[in-house]
Amino acid sequence: MSPVRAFFQRVGAIAGKEVRQLRRDRLTGAMVVGIPLIQILIFGYGINLDVRHIRAGVVDYADTSASRALVSELEASQVVQFVHRAPDVKALRRSLAAGDISAGLYIPPDFERRRLETGRPIAQVLIDGSEPGIEAALRALASMPLRLRAADYSRPERPLEVLTEYNPERRTAVQIVPALIGVILNMTMVIFTAIALVRERERGNLELLITTPVKSVELMIGKLAPYVVVGLIQTTIVLATGVLLFDVPINGPLWQLYAGASLFIAATLALGLVISTVAQTQFQAMQLGFFTMLPSILLSGFMFPLAGMPRAAQWLAQILPLTHFNGIVRGVILRGAALQDLTAPLLKLTAFLVVAVTIAALRFRKRLG
Amino acid sequence: MPDTAGLAVEARDLTRRFGSVVAVDHISLDIQRAHIYGFLGPNGSGKSTTIRMFCGLLRPTSGTVRVLGQDVTRNPEAVRTKVGYMTQKFSLWDDLTVLENLQFIASIYTLGKRKAQERIEAVLEEFRLRPLAGRLAAQMSGGQRQRLALAAATLHEPEMLMLDEPTSAVDPQSRRDFWESLFALVARGTTILVSTHYMDEAERCHRLAILDQGRVVAEGEPGRLMDELPLQVIEVQAKDVDGARRELHTLPEVRSLAQLGLRLHVLIDRDVPDAAGRVRSTLARAGIAAEAEVTRANLEDVFVAATLPGAQAGERARA
Repeated sequence: MSPVRAFFQRVGAIAGKEVRQLRRDRLTGAMVVGIPLIQILIFGYGINLDVRHIRAGVVDYADTSASRALVSELEASQVVQFVHRAPDVKALRRSLAAGDISAGLYIPPDFERRRLETGRPIAQVLIDGSEPGIEAALRALASMPLRLRAADYSRPERPLEVLTEYNPERRTAVQIVPALIGVILNMTMVIFTAIALVRERERGNLELLITTPVKSVELMIGKLAPYVVVGLIQTTIVLATGVLLFDVPINGPLWQLYAGASLFIAATLALGLVISTVAQTQFQAMQLGFFTMLPSILLSGFMFPLAGMPRAAQWLAQILPLTHFNGIVRGVILRGAALQDLTAPLLKLTAFLVVAVTIAALRFRKRLG
Repeated sequence: MPDTAGLAVEARDLTRRFGSVVAVDHISLDIQRAHIYGFLGPNGSGKSTTIRMFCGLLRPTSGTVRVLGQDVTRNPEAVRTKVGYMTQKFSLWDDLTVLENLQFIASIYTLGKRKAQERIEAVLEEFRLRPLAGRLAAQMSGGQRQRLALAAATLHEPEMLMLDEPTSAVDPQSRRDFWESLFALVARGTTILVSTHYMDEAERCHRLAILDQGRVVAEGEPGRLMDELPLQVIEVQAKDVDGARRELHTLPEVRSLAQLGLRLHVLIDRDVPDAAGRVRSTLARAGIAAEAEVTRANLEDVFVAATLPGAQAGERARA
């Protein structure tokens, strides 16, 4: 048999065995489909940076038609919902401390006089600063122009106009769902591959494989190939759910998205390989996998903008493949960019892949010691 | 038919350290082709480490080993297709069936479609696995799994089999069947290296190395090792075995005492005249009713004698 045919036969044997085991392992099989589905539903519906219906309370010492108009106008913005009417400021603060409400509106007794003066605030909003997101929403509310002062009947001034491109309705799902492809792939690819390899070592299969003619590179390719397919299936699940449930527009060419995803999958598989050469048990592999997860989610720009991070965190983010994939996926899906516009993240992903594969190959030797 | 001339294994001063622990300490031995060669020794005596170095799984710290004419320390890949290895722990895939495991191993050795089918049929027959072909390995008994492991190790018709404690998780009937299979393989010219801690299995080998603390403390044919023991063995039968044991410990010429059920094996230097009589009179003086006769040494006696303090440094038994 020619060496090339032997190579493909052995790679095929390993890959075929891996697929058989995957199909027999119902739980893992369910995870391949279930994890992306559940994640996208949780993230898509759960994460909403566009905060609405914040529970609020009010104490109105003025109780005039104008003060009641203020309350109803604020409620009309849908940002707050006044669920509690407090007799005094003390009671208002107590509900805030208890968590019944996240904001409180204090209308002072001299409300009517304040309306006539410019330069003095007419009322005060108390905000629960312990929860993220709420403060920003209420600050935006506080700066909303309200026609309450006698002097304000003229059109309020707006010096800057903001135009939100690519997501005009400012829906969080549009920002979250594309990046979720990367987060889910990162989670499953790294851990699945690391575990698939470490499991063979743990169960003693590797000791047997080493004494057969199979070569290290054949073993690696055969083990990883099925997971590339798994990764592309997961990409499709997230993408389809995003389009069907969350109306995420796909503005760029689909094949370019899959090309970018394949590169990212390769990079995460390589990371899994590196982990598998370090971890001795499946538990360790799992721990190391999760260890790479958290920084990926927090620092990759998935939820928090890179621009706001300290310099060191930004450097760290550059090492993470997810950071660059998020750049690619948001570029292609939302901004309609072509891959040639995205050379910087593509090159960085490729660099990560080369380095990781080199480390894995150097560490993985076909011997026990 | 494989080449039966020449040596299957030539090991010279093979040594392996793990940190400060010397697992294998300057082992030198030859294994003839078409023989069953045994490694006998307690856990931690270096049996597994030696076998792993023989099949290229571990690199020796120093020394060399040639397997089937190839230097495995330099080029472990050279013997891959000629050697079959059976690990101490079952190392096939629990979540694959018997047939799937065998098909996988056949592809890994690139046997070719027709040859693979032919060999799988042959081993299913030979190791009585046909009724189990569709069963997952995880759902089989110890003896069945061991038959599958041996079937997989012999699937590519290796010239040499290395079996690391193959019968440790197996019932006595399966052990007997297993040895029948080994003899059948040897009859076809296969060389077999098998490690064990069962004396009865060691006795079935053509040749044997007794290992203790990483060293070969005795080497030769089992029968000759027993015959040429430099000590005489007195078998003592007594109701009060403990009392007899305590009493005999006081005799200066007694080198070792081992209890085998209700009997004691007393090892005494060859040059002591009428050793059995001395044992009898000693016990009689102490008021212990006992019979004492000179008996043929068994492998356990050989093992005990070889691992006595002083035995290793001075006279290594070599038959």
